[in-house]
This record gives sequence, C-alpha cells and structure tokens, in this order.
Amino acid sequence: MGLALGTAAVVLVVLLWELARPTLKRTLARIRLLWWAHRRASPPAGYDPGRERRAEQRARSLLRSCVNEHDWAMYRDLGFLRVWGGLGDHGRGEDASYAYLIYPHKPLVAYVSESGELLNEYCVAFPDQSKPYGSSRLPDSDDVLAKWMALTADERRLVGEANMHLPGRQVDPDRVRRDLARLECWEQERLRQLAGPRRDSVPAA
Amino acid sequence: MKLLRMKPGHGEIVLAEGDVAVPEQELELIEAFRRELDAGMWAAVPTAAPGGRREAELVKSFAEVPRDAERVIFFPRAAGGAPAAQL
Repeated sequence: MGLALGTAAVVLVVLLWELARPTLKRTLARIRLLWWAHRRASPPAGYDPGRERRAEQRARSLLRSCVNEHDWAMYRDLGFLRVWGGLGDHGRGEDASYAYLIYPHKPLVAYVSESGELLNEYCVAFPDQSKPYGSSRLPDSDDVLAKWMALTADERRLVGEANMHLPGRQVDPDRVRRDLARLECWEQERLRQLAGPRRDSVPAA
Repeated sequence: MKLLRMKPGHGEIVLAEGDVAVPEQELELIEAFRRELDAGMWAAVPTAAPGGRREAELVKSFAEVPRDAERVIFFPRAAGGAPAAQL
C-alpha cells in the first residue's frame, strides 16, 4: 500500500513538473529580458549629471587654453573644429588640400578643402580603461582636444590607429555639408567683424 | 611645469607640478610622467608657433619635453572606434 502511494506521488510530481515546465521557462526568460532591458536603460553606476557638467566645463577651459582664439570661437559657435591636413603637397595651413572636421565622440571627417568633397571617416576613440566613474568616455571637449592634439602632433599615427570608412557610415554626409556651409558663412561674418564696422552703417553726423 | 591628465567624469586633474630647474621637483615630475606612460597614456605638449598658430607635440619621454613647457597633457591612447565594415 505504502509503495503504491509513494509511486503515485512520484508520478504525480513528475507529471506536474512536465506540465509546469514550459510556463516556468517562459516566465524565467521574460524576467531575464526585463532585467537586461532595465540594465540597459539605466545610466551607468555612479552617473551624476552635475559632475558630468562640471567635467565638461573644465574640459572646455582646457581646450580653450590650447587652441587659438579663432578655433575656440569656431568650436563655441559651431560645435566642431576644423584642422587642416598636413600630409598633402601644401603642408598644414590654409593652403592645405584637405582638412578634417572634429566632432565630439564622432569620427573625424576628412574633406577636400576647395570643393568640400567628403573623403573618409576616421573612427577613433580615446577610452580610459580605468573607468574612474564607471565610464571610459572623456568629456566632449576633452575628446575634441585629444583628437586635435593627436592630429596636429602626429596625423599619420592617429590616422593609422583609426578605422577608416567611406563617408556616411556614422556621420550623416548632409550634416557635414551643412556644417561646411555654416563654417564658410561663419568665417565670412567673422572676417567682416574683424575688418571693423562697415562705412555705410556709420550713422551720419 | 604641470602634468595634467584628462579623466572621464572629471575633466583634467593635476598629477604633478614643479620647477624642472629644481632637481627634487624634476624627479617627481619624471616619476609621474613615467607612471602615466606605463599606464598606456599618450603625452602631448601644447605649443604656440609664431603667427598665432597652435599645435601639439607628442612626447614619449620626459627628455623630449621642452624645458620651458608649461604643461604636459596626458590622455588615453587612441583606439580604432567602430569596427571595420564586413566585406
């Protein structure tokens, strides 16, 4: 009698397990998915918006102290920096045959200075593996400064470290063209301002 | 001379500061410099050329740092970003 009851109990448990197993598996999978989604959505541990803002302010001051006034004004007003290429026939400077646009945390975009034709994207990053606050990402302006320093110091080395792609892989080519047009307008306006007030704008005595 | 390091979530921090003409201070600067290079950092010295042009110079040892440099900036070494496209 005891043996029969025991056997029946074991059979019952096995049957119940077989019935419940698919539901249990689905529930566990759903919990796992929800947990991953939650992890992805939440900011990195220790993220503090105020601290990040202060970090960016420090980075901007450092950038400003390193580049010249024209370049700083360009970054402040337009949000990117232009660096003339130095490997062409004309050397670095306004005569250079090509230039780069430096955006924070985006690839360098090379283009022909005269025509504005886009050449390549150079995808490069400066990850700090020590991750002091849980992130390896430098403040935006530090990223721009790191690219600027590496480009002006050793363009060949930086380009060698980067992954090269055709234009449009990460940075929208239309956006770059718009930025080049903005840059041209900005420089013309700046030249006008530096030249002083126009004669026809001086009020008559 | 100041040795600065870019740091995520902080901006730059001062690693060491001293006068290269004072041997003890120069030694401290050299030690801090080596520590950063050993940690895989790149070191750059911002420079100002005549005519207002600004550039930077990458240095691989303290001996390469110009004696009159006001600061050396350390930043993480460059790494290729997004992986190359699949062919």
